[in-house]
Amino acid sequence: MISVRNISKKYPVGKGELTAVNQLSFDVAPGELFGIIGPDGAGKTSLFRMLATLLLPDGGEALIGGCHVVKDYKQLRKKLGYMPGRFSLYQDLTVEENLRFFATIFHTSIDENYGLIRDIYEQIKPFKDRRAGKLSGGMKQKLALCCALIHRPTVLLLDEPTTGVDAVSRVEFWQMLQGLKSGGITIIVSTPYMDEASLCDRIALMQQGNFLTTGTPDGIKAAFAKPLLAVKADRMHQLVNAVREAPVVEDSYAFGEWAHAVMREEGHDRELESFLSAKGFRQVVVQQTEPTVEDCFLKLMRP
Amino acid sequence: MKQFKAFVRKEFYHILRDRRTLIILLGMPVVQILIFGFALSNEVGNARFVVLDPAQDPATTQIITQLDASRYFDYAGSCRTYREIEERFRREGIKLAVVFPPSFNQELQHLHTAQIQLVTDASDPNTATTLSNYASAVINDYQARTNAVAPLPYTILPVTRMLYNPQLKAAYNFVPGVMAMVLMLVCTMMTAITIVKEKETGTMEVMLVSPVQPLKIVLAKAVPYLLLSLVNVVTILLLSVYALEVPVRGSIPLLLLESGLFIVASLSIGLLISTATGSQQTAMFLSLLGMFLPTVLLSGFMFPIENMPWLLQQVSHIVPAKWFYQVVQSIMIKGKGLDGIWKETGILLGMTVVFLLLSIKNFKIRLA
Amino acid sequence: MKMITAKNLSKVFGGFKAVDAISFEVEPGEIFGFLGANGAGKTTAMRMLCGLSRPSSGEATVAGFDVYRQQEQIKRAIGYMSQKFSLYDDLTITENIRFYAGIYGKPGRFIKEKTSALLRELHLETEADKRVGSLPLGWKQKLAFSVAIFHEPQLVFLDEPTGGVDPITRREFWNLIYAAAEKGITVFVTTHYMDEAEYCNRVSIMVDGRIEALDTPAGLKQHYSAASMNDVFLQLARKATRSAD
Repeated sequence: MISVRNISKKYPVGKGELTAVNQLSFDVAPGELFGIIGPDGAGKTSLFRMLATLLLPDGGEALIGGCHVVKDYKQLRKKLGYMPGRFSLYQDLTVEENLRFFATIFHTSIDENYGLIRDIYEQIKPFKDRRAGKLSGGMKQKLALCCALIHRPTVLLLDEPTTGVDAVSRVEFWQMLQGLKSGGITIIVSTPYMDEASLCDRIALMQQGNFLTTGTPDGIKAAFAKPLLAVKADRMHQLVNAVREAPVVEDSYAFGEWAHAVMREEGHDRELESFLSAKGFRQVVVQQTEPTVEDCFLKLMRP
Repeated sequence: MKQFKAFVRKEFYHILRDRRTLIILLGMPVVQILIFGFALSNEVGNARFVVLDPAQDPATTQIITQLDASRYFDYAGSCRTYREIEERFRREGIKLAVVFPPSFNQELQHLHTAQIQLVTDASDPNTATTLSNYASAVINDYQARTNAVAPLPYTILPVTRMLYNPQLKAAYNFVPGVMAMVLMLVCTMMTAITIVKEKETGTMEVMLVSPVQPLKIVLAKAVPYLLLSLVNVVTILLLSVYALEVPVRGSIPLLLLESGLFIVASLSIGLLISTATGSQQTAMFLSLLGMFLPTVLLSGFMFPIENMPWLLQQVSHIVPAKWFYQVVQSIMIKGKGLDGIWKETGILLGMTVVFLLLSIKNFKIRLA
Repeated sequence: MKMITAKNLSKVFGGFKAVDAISFEVEPGEIFGFLGANGAGKTTAMRMLCGLSRPSSGEATVAGFDVYRQQEQIKRAIGYMSQKFSLYDDLTITENIRFYAGIYGKPGRFIKEKTSALLRELHLETEADKRVGSLPLGWKQKLAFSVAIFHEPQLVFLDEPTGGVDPITRREFWNLIYAAAEKGITVFVTTHYMDEAEYCNRVSIMVDGRIEALDTPAGLKQHYSAASMNDVFLQLARKATRSAD
């Protein structure tokens, strides 16, 4: 459905230049939910804008549904649903006015494609006469999604749809995406939240213009290849630094209520525990744990 | 077409829902016309004047009587020397002195020409100019009436050139100027700002990805401001006719058509600015500094272009408002028809086409 | 002395109770997590505590000062940093520091000595004269935090300080927070990352203008029999009935 080859984007910065997107290649199958996970400044937005025909790539090319993002941009724009990172609806129009406006400019009407957006729109319908600017973050995102879907696009590009949205709205939003996916729409979504990675069919971890890795969330976790321990003790604030000093440990970082320890080899759990006790930590708990996508990201970020 | 309508409707929502801006846009012409028409008016009433009249013949007496009769001047006695005039200027706040030559009437009768010297207090140059203009007008008036019955026409100097504004109403100059100013502000600045605003909020991104032709987006933006500007033109005309008593001598449809042309010119400048800027502030600065100031300074309505240095005179040629100002002046005050203003109209038309082409060429179908 | 006390603190806009009689206390030196869904009233509550907005009713003191009468003293006693507003992109790092320190009326020598210490700590010595705009986001946020506590306030408010920051920098950021807490600075922080809630000493969760839960992360998880703070948050926030900001 989507095929990207060596796509690049550079921006001039002062005398030098900044490579926002560095020769990325990937494919997305029809009906797939593909996630691009990475922090701000990783180049996600530049990549999305190139796919959305809004930026010209400096190198490489991309085909979406057989349309070339540069040469066939006019046909492609009819097939695309695009939701940019910034909230892009008219704040001074009501919910319904926004939706109707977007329907009209895509040569359709709300009724014609209501089936596709029904589940989402019903949630914001009670507020249909409220101005979009007065909606909460979660509802704005729902409305923006409705507007991006109103012309029944075959490919949906969502640039950070859940940024700044609270945890509840994020869960709801992902449920909506699952619903759309089962309706056959191909979706590319970007997010800075690592925990959302497991909700995608396949993901790419992106950092400084490069993909650190690409694969299914399970595949990426399976490739972690090092034993991972979760550690807890009384003085949590000092724990990470102490764990890092242990010779059996390769890397350590805070992870919620635990500190995660990436071990050099299998089976050194006891050594770590006694090392920490010797350092004066009390109530030390060391247990094996499964790596998450965030663990993988941290590992790949450190050379 | 349906797309276009939806766009225009949306633009109207934007404008109508931003009450404060709307009030400013519609109220601005009213306020400006009233300020310029009344508060800033150069009209002067009941200025006291003295006379140095060694001749004391029938002609001088009549002129003095007429000056005194006008509502602008009050007779404050006569002087015998220049020294005395100067003293009375200083002590009594006399604004004008009229100095006749010793043999005024004789010169008129035999040489058919005579001079009157008007002395004014130039520490306030505006008032001074106005007063000397008014006095000259009264003298001209006297001359016109006596010439009608005289066997041979004669001339009194200084002759003034108040050909089209015999009552010397300041509003005559302001009305066309305010019109140019308001239209420039509404069309250029507002168009530029609303387009750039869509870039800032990210809605332009979504628009560009939609199948709408970019040209439609931009034209739809222009429509409401075109209508709003026409409302402003009508407001200004009604105010000037009924409140300032400045009549429209020429054809009103022609005036509206020419205004329409200037509106389109201003809109296309606004468009051009919006294609070159990315933030609302820059757009506003560009329209204010690049368009509004030249409109005020170089269109000729505040400062006469003839008195400017050569370079500024040349620059004034590329200010669209200058040509529009002349067109409005010609139609409203001089009562000219299209045959009298074809040159200005042609120049405005040419500018509009150039700006439109430039902005369409610069309009990006992508982001960067 | 408690660092923050709030008793039935409320803010009403028209008929809308943005903050509905919240009561809580924050101990000196504590890292206090202030969570809530969009529109739950977090921002409004924080504004009242910073002395930026007058409460409709109730009482509150911050660093011992009353929020009604002593806003100026409060502003001197606190530091503030948010994801949206932090530093001036077109000033250099040193200029930003000097500017903010200047606002709080710190003497020149104090500024000079502390600036070089700070630059060393953040490994930014070589970048001192670079414009802040050219720094990566993560560095900016770390710098912004250091600037917010530059004048050595008793309490610092952090409004979603780590939004969009990469996982490594996020952890480095929290190390700065720990360091500040160890120096005795009280930290009041909001976040959308639930794992960060675990790093706090105590966490409050706001729903519909009220504080629905307040305890240590462990206590909350136990009480709601949840495996993680994320589950706790979802359980509570799903009860929300209002959805406007």
